[in-house]
This record gives sequence, C-alpha cells and structure tokens, in this order.
Amino acid sequence: MSKRVRVVVFLKPGVLDAQGQAVETGLRALGLEASEVRVGKAFELAVPEEGWRERVREMCDRFLTNPLVEEYEVLGEVGR
Amino acid sequence: MSFEPRFGVVVFPGSNCDRDCLYVLQDVLGYAAEFVWHEAQDLSRFDVVVLPGGFSYGDYLRAGAVAATSPVVAALRRFAAAGGLVLGICNGFQVLVECGLLPGALVRNHSGVFRCQWVHLRVERTDTPFTRLYAPGEVVRMPIAHGEGRYYAPTEVLADLEARRQVVFRYVDGHGQPTAEANPNGSCNAVAGVVSATGNVLGLMPHPERCAEATLGGEDGRRLFEGAALWVRERPHLRAEAVG
Repeated sequence: MSKRVRVVVFLKPGVLDAQGQAVETGLRALGLEASEVRVGKAFELAVPEEGWRERVREMCDRFLTNPLVEEYEVLGEVGR
Repeated sequence: MSFEPRFGVVVFPGSNCDRDCLYVLQDVLGYAAEFVWHEAQDLSRFDVVVLPGGFSYGDYLRAGAVAATSPVVAALRRFAAAGGLVLGICNGFQVLVECGLLPGALVRNHSGVFRCQWVHLRVERTDTPFTRLYAPGEVVRMPIAHGEGRYYAPTEVLADLEARRQVVFRYVDGHGQPTAEANPNGSCNAVAGVVSATGNVLGLMPHPERCAEATLGGEDGRRLFEGAALWVRERPHLRAEAVG
C-alpha cells in the first residue's frame, strides 16, 4: 500500500523572499491589501505506507529542500 | 618530458557554457581538454574538472540540485578528496553548494530579476591554485548572467568562512569597495566566489570563460585557467597518486 502525501516548502523567515515581495507589490497595485506574502512550492508524491512520514522527511532533508534556506511541512493524506 | 594538464568539462543536460569552456581551454590556451558526460563514473584521467554554467535540468527544484545527484558528482567527490582541482562556474557553483563540496547556498537574486552585466571583483586570496596569477586585492572585471546567484549562509557559517579566508572573490565597485550598488544580487558579505577549506575546489558566479580574450571585452578570466594549469604542471607527482 502506498500513501499519497503533500509537502509544502517555504524559504525560512530570515531569508529574503524576492518572489513574495514582488507578488505583494502586484496585489497592492490591484488594490488588494495583503502583507507577509510568501511564495513557496508544493510536492505531491506516493510513498510506501510503512514509515511514510520518516521516508518523506528523509526526502525533504536530503533532496526536496535545502535545509539551509528552506523549511517544510509534511501534510498527510491528500485525495485525488 | 612534457607534462600537460588535462582538463575535463562536465556536460549536464541543460549545460550551455560547456562549449565556451572547452573553446577557451583548447583553442585560446592550447590545453588538453575534453567533454565529460554527466553519467561518467571516473574522472581519474583529469587534473582539473570544470563544472560549466547553464541551466542543468532546467533549474528544476533548485538550481543545481538535480545535477548534484548525477553519477559524475559521486566521482567528483572522490576526485576532490584525492586533491584534484575542481572549478564550478555559475550553475557549476550551484551544483557544488548543492552537493556539499562548498558551504552555503545560492538563492534568488534580491532584485528578483535575472542579472546579465559586467561586474568588478576583488581578488581576496592569491594563494589558491586558481588565483595565484592575480595580485592581492586586484580588481578585475568579469561578466555575470544569473537569476539565482545570491550567496547565502547563516551568520555563523559566514563568520567561519571569513575566518578561514574561504571568500576568494567579492563584488566591489571600480575602486575596490564592496558597496551595496556594486553587489548585483544581494550576496551576503558580497561573496562572488568561495574556495573549499582544502583549497582545491573553487566556485564562482561570474564567468571567467567569457572574458579570456580581448575581442570579447576583457581577458581577466584567463589567468584563472592559467593558474590552475601552472599549479598542475608544478606537481606531476600528484597525478600518479590520484585515485578515482
């Protein structure tokens, strides 16, 4: 059995998010008030069910993210 | 008996400065150089391995991240551990930080846009194999072309890097001052190039291969390759000892 998982990645708060700032500027230009905008990315993947959280964490730590500049959150089952 | 350095230029899917590097090494400088495919598992026939610029794997995931998982990078670790010279230019620098051969990370430019321009660099060290033909504190001109070239490292890593004198090139103005305006991407401490603690692995965002001939607007990059070749020529014994 495999488990479908979603991983969300953002730059760490201390790292300048140039994309987030640009998006915030765009929103303001449209008259849509927003602050603290951050742009991240998401992964969806199916992994073997046994020990799935540890498997996904290892993927995040070793490849999917750069732990020096990014932080991630593993979201459990995602439907399709 | 002549002893000529042998250069390898790694080709990843999406490399686009590989031919420029080979051209400079072979045609401009007259060295023995050849392409190495990213699936190669043995680099032991080379003295210097160049990771060229480009957009390996379309910069997917993070620039250099997918290339860092290539078979040739596993071979590169052994090559570097044995003392071989490694030069990562632009995307090649990104591969070196992603695979952990150099510290830090290269993130999106603070301006949010791709920067393609000439910059001034101050040579911070001349006791590395690559920078020995420059003068201490010399200000040189090289072109950059990148969207993800902002050198970033946490404060303690940066302090460590400076204490060990691993910053080799810094973005400066024409007078050698590291002003905010002279920093094209917002790099921490204006870092443009970093060398490993062992001194044999250098990564830099500027393109020395694009300024190795006067007709291209400058020759300041040329001495980087010449310095490496000279270093190799002076150490013929290292080739016999090299493994892997």
